[in-house]
Amino acid sequence: MLRLIGRRLLAAAPGLAGVIVVTFLMTRALPGDPAAFFAGPAATREAIEEIRKNLGLDKSLTVQFGVYVRDLMRGDLGKSLTTGQPVRSDLVSRLPASLELTACGLLLAVSIALPLGGLAATRPGSWVDHLCRMLTTAGVSLPIFFTGLLLVYVFYFLLGWAPAPLGRLDAFASAPRSITGFFLLDALLTGDIGVMGAILRQLALPAITLGLFAMAPIARMTRAAMLGVLSSDFIRTARASGLDRRTVLVTYAFRNAMVPVVTTLGMVFSFLLGANVLVEKVFAWPGIGSYALEALIVSDYAPVQGFILTMAGLYVLLNLLIDVLYGVIDPRARIEA
Amino acid sequence: MTALLRHGRYVLGENPVTGLAFGLFVLLVVLAAAGPWLVPYDPLASNTAEALRPPSHAHWFGTDQLGRDLLSRVVVATRLDLTISICAVMIAFAVGSAAGVTGGFYGGWTDRLMGRVLDTIMAFPLFVLAMGIVAALGNTVANIVYATAIINVPFYARLARSEVMVRREAGFIEAARLGGNGGVRILAVHLFPNCLPPMMVQISLNLGWAILNAAGLSFIGLGVRPPTPEWGIMVAEGAAFIVSGEWWIALFPGAALMLAVFCFNLLGDGLRDLMDPRRRT
Repeated sequence: MLRLIGRRLLAAAPGLAGVIVVTFLMTRALPGDPAAFFAGPAATREAIEEIRKNLGLDKSLTVQFGVYVRDLMRGDLGKSLTTGQPVRSDLVSRLPASLELTACGLLLAVSIALPLGGLAATRPGSWVDHLCRMLTTAGVSLPIFFTGLLLVYVFYFLLGWAPAPLGRLDAFASAPRSITGFFLLDALLTGDIGVMGAILRQLALPAITLGLFAMAPIARMTRAAMLGVLSSDFIRTARASGLDRRTVLVTYAFRNAMVPVVTTLGMVFSFLLGANVLVEKVFAWPGIGSYALEALIVSDYAPVQGFILTMAGLYVLLNLLIDVLYGVIDPRARIEA
Repeated sequence: MTALLRHGRYVLGENPVTGLAFGLFVLLVVLAAAGPWLVPYDPLASNTAEALRPPSHAHWFGTDQLGRDLLSRVVVATRLDLTISICAVMIAFAVGSAAGVTGGFYGGWTDRLMGRVLDTIMAFPLFVLAMGIVAALGNTVANIVYATAIINVPFYARLARSEVMVRREAGFIEAARLGGNGGVRILAVHLFPNCLPPMMVQISLNLGWAILNAAGLSFIGLGVRPPTPEWGIMVAEGAAFIVSGEWWIALFPGAALMLAVFCFNLLGDGLRDLMDPRRRT
């Protein structure tokens, strides 16, 4: 298994290199002169030249790229103009909020989509099948920011069940003592049940929004894959041999159906990380997405660049997770590695 | 002509939902083409005396915080939203299919280079890449189109490549070669048209996604600037009023967006069923 992970990491290297080159080119394609931008509107020509020299912008593109890669290796992502902090520390302090939200959304999606898709495939034409089709169609067609707003309207304004969509914790509760930065985990570790409830109430709507969005492709693929597997010969043989329904469905069919589902997970992750930005904006969630948005509006590029690199890095890691999952599900994948 | 009509009726009879989607598509096109002449009010005219009115007989969709008529704004926005997504998908189709067809046909370093570029695009979460591109190129509507096109290119390139690969050694290609046709001619006249059916399905499915993507970008404040009517930015404007109960400002543009995406997805599914009955679900 370790060898598999090592090989996959190596295979991910060209992709990562591409990501670094593209983000570098993006910064150099910025409209206008970065030196003039950093100097501000009142700067003199000499001041701009001085800044240009300090930023290393007078050197050739290849030298600049070398400097950029060296800074990256040291974990230096530059400084945010808006917060005045190094981008790395900003990102590190905000990343747990985003990860917590994404993980909860994904968990919710998987735990509903897999049984739903499986049930729909075993009972084609039944109400479960129709429910599955309805949810998947809605999930693909609903803009995620719109779903979020609808949920806020219904559950906050009309019913009053959910708290105001303003971040991870309402103004009256105090955050749990920070151990990991993940509020849920911290509350669990410190045993603070009251705060945990408050955290869950804030988390519920954004996580459901993300979950509804991620559920659609997973359920759709589970259903299709289960239908394919259930009509295959080895299932017929298993049934003919008198194995009970449970064994046939869970041990034989489900495990085989999981291979294409795990493949779609790659695409789901890509969408989920993008959707995360929109959900963070709707719910004023203090994650890295809203951090990048605040910076984007004032053309503060270093945070945006750090954000894109973080997201791409996360995506590479998630794809690695998928490869490991392949190995767990399908023994052939282990042998090939 | 009658045969065509009969075939059309057969297809719609098989799946009435496709017919519905097609009707919706025609409606969208009509609204995009004639929207500005159909609407009852000027979409940009504000009237603070009538601000934040719920849907009524005079204003079917209500009015926003500046008293602008939402029905007019939603209808007029159709053109911009459809233009952005259709332009983006067309660029992606042109670039992607050209690259994919060439790579699949000639193989070698062209193919490898193309593969590397596509892998780099796909190494990003796509919406995040689009954000970055718009941020770097500048905050304009044209750049939204380019960004959406770039993140769509891999889908077309990969599809075109695999479609060409399976036909490269086919009998009719050998025959064309023996007939004295050159590589480019074989590619353009014999191979490319045969790749079109699955590409058309991809286009239709992609259009919905492109609309969502462009609207998402303008929702976070990229590209389209207020007061231009556009569905994404209108939902963003309405977002502030959701918590105080003014639901109509965000609901109607959001619903229009949803209907458009829904329409393209259903059309894509219907087209796929026509082209490839085996993949029918």
